[in-house]
Amino acid sequence: MEKRVRVLVAKPGLDGHDRGAKVVARALRDAGFEVIYTGLRQTPEQIAEAALQEDVNVIAMSILSGAHPHLFPKVVNLVREKGMDDVLIIGGGVIPETDIPALKEAGVAEVFTPGTPTSAIVDFIKANVK
Amino acid sequence: MSNEKIQAGLDKYNASVEKAISRFPERPNLPEQRLYTPLDIKDTDYADEIGYPGMYPYTRGVQPTMYRGRFWTMRMYAGFSTAAESNKRYRYLIESGATGLSCAFDLPTQIGYDSDDPISEGEVGKVGVAIDSLADMEILFDQIDLGKVSTSMTINAPASVLLAMYIAVAEKQGVPADQLKGTIQNDILKEYAARGTYIFPPRPSMRLITNIFEYCSKNVPKWNTISISGYHIREAGSTASQEIAFTIADGIAYCEAAIKAGLHIDDFAGRLSFFWNAHNNVLEEVAKFRASRRVWAKVMKERFHAEKPKSMMLRVHTQTAGSMLTAQQPNNNIIRVALQTAAAVMGGTQSLHTNSRDEALALPTEESVMIALRTQQIVAYESGLADVIDPLAGSYYVEALTNKIEKEAWEYINKIDEIGGAVAAIEKGYIQKEIQDSAYKWQMDVESGAKTIVGVNKFQIEEEPPKGLLKVDASVGVAQCERLAAMKAKRDNEAVKAALADLKAACQDENENLMPHILNAVRTYATLGEICGVMREVFGEYEAHVNL
Repeated sequence: MEKRVRVLVAKPGLDGHDRGAKVVARALRDAGFEVIYTGLRQTPEQIAEAALQEDVNVIAMSILSGAHPHLFPKVVNLVREKGMDDVLIIGGGVIPETDIPALKEAGVAEVFTPGTPTSAIVDFIKANVK
Repeated sequence: MSNEKIQAGLDKYNASVEKAISRFPERPNLPEQRLYTPLDIKDTDYADEIGYPGMYPYTRGVQPTMYRGRFWTMRMYAGFSTAAESNKRYRYLIESGATGLSCAFDLPTQIGYDSDDPISEGEVGKVGVAIDSLADMEILFDQIDLGKVSTSMTINAPASVLLAMYIAVAEKQGVPADQLKGTIQNDILKEYAARGTYIFPPRPSMRLITNIFEYCSKNVPKWNTISISGYHIREAGSTASQEIAFTIADGIAYCEAAIKAGLHIDDFAGRLSFFWNAHNNVLEEVAKFRASRRVWAKVMKERFHAEKPKSMMLRVHTQTAGSMLTAQQPNNNIIRVALQTAAAVMGGTQSLHTNSRDEALALPTEESVMIALRTQQIVAYESGLADVIDPLAGSYYVEALTNKIEKEAWEYINKIDEIGGAVAAIEKGYIQKEIQDSAYKWQMDVESGAKTIVGVNKFQIEEEPPKGLLKVDASVGVAQCERLAAMKAKRDNEAVKAALADLKAACQDENENLMPHILNAVRTYATLGEICGVMREVFGEYEAHVNL
């Protein structure tokens, strides 16, 4: 049997809005992925460590506080430093369109903004996970 | 007309509907009943259940004249970047006709960390203003007369500290504490259940809250000591009935904690206030406001045996639903907010914040905030909705819906009682799970098209990325840290040390009211992070467990 795709759904920073993260986590689980949710207030270090320990294929981060320009790239760097070169890293939340090019430049594979159907996230992961 | 006659007419009507449907099917996913008649409220006793404004059970409103005397407080929630920037926005809002202030704090402030704490990196000044010490609070309210303005502060876990800072600023302005008017949110239970900015575990958190009740009843009698909030529960995805049920269950828990601490219900209940969401379904929202007042009045009278009328009145601040704003075609949000405003006003709110059209994208610009405030003013002065009290009372539908929401709320409250109260229900994850399930159902309904959101899953267009969004520059964090360092170098550090040691001892003595000790520490310019740090040492920190 093929190994199931493992996804870490993570809330970096101090933001407590986790409606989106929980809805996405559940939708990914219903789509057949194995999902681990970190809970709130995770530092980039904790997220990278959890990704390593859980041997995940995907990290899906959610931020609604505006701290994404700082926190998303930090997670990417730590994950790559730990040698997880193949892990697909995606993000979502209240993220202005104009911030997205810089996030992609920093290694976030895709950024999902408000109004995105969860099926679009599922499809993206299926198409891009290694 | 007798009920028999009405029933006979209804039977005839239903037969005609059958025929009509066979030719023109109805839209799917509508409420189960298409029409309401006197039969739907035939068991509702007008005197007992509906009554009169300003009279028990307050279904029709908490004041006898409602908006015929004075409109609701138009209170715009604002705060970002530095205290000086936010002070400028507050003064702009007051000049534009806002009648109350509402402070938004950044996340480090809400979770009790200073701006120079490593964990604050990237968050300083982002979702609200950064307050590290009394020095920032002095700037925040510079040239604003605290004896005149009423100020609401969205602060929970460290509410005691921010309230102490506010009292200390007032002292410096020469305004005595008993003149201060305003509200602290101070509702920790919904932080565990829905909003996420908790610090300490439930027990010490409940102690802090009852300490505030007690302190304010003696020293700051016009202050609303808590805003028991359904807003965030709804934002997290709950239904209308769940919003009021879980919130009233939280309210019951606060009352029980205060009574256990030796307070008398009528000494603090009159200062309890509530916070509702104004969501998209206008009539459901109106019914929700009406039902919530009735449920709370009954809880206070029958469960807690309150005697003062004020104790039984559910006074409420409202905010339009942020989660219903769309990033797509953002100008459409102006219309959504106008309808939500109409619902809050017909529901009888005491104060209202209207969201700005661009808030699904970023913090609002000054222009967007102005439109949101003007929306309230148009509803107040032009629409006629504020001219007659509780104008939808007597609508067969609205009364039946009020009854239905009340019934569903009682079912939840009883269930939570069985679990052992709101604190136990949160610790067991029951409330969180109910909210999550509703949120997931909503999302699936939107994705399947069962629910239409204009511009999101229907009537989409290709759009240019929006321009002119408000951005908080990363340099704000750096500047804030520099100011903090300069302040620390200037203050009397021995006095700070002594005040923090005194606070620590007070935290360890469960019978001590912490407010005077916190106020002492604040006056020495001890920082928020230092004060919360001491409390963290003694009380520990809450750890959430999530069941997806």
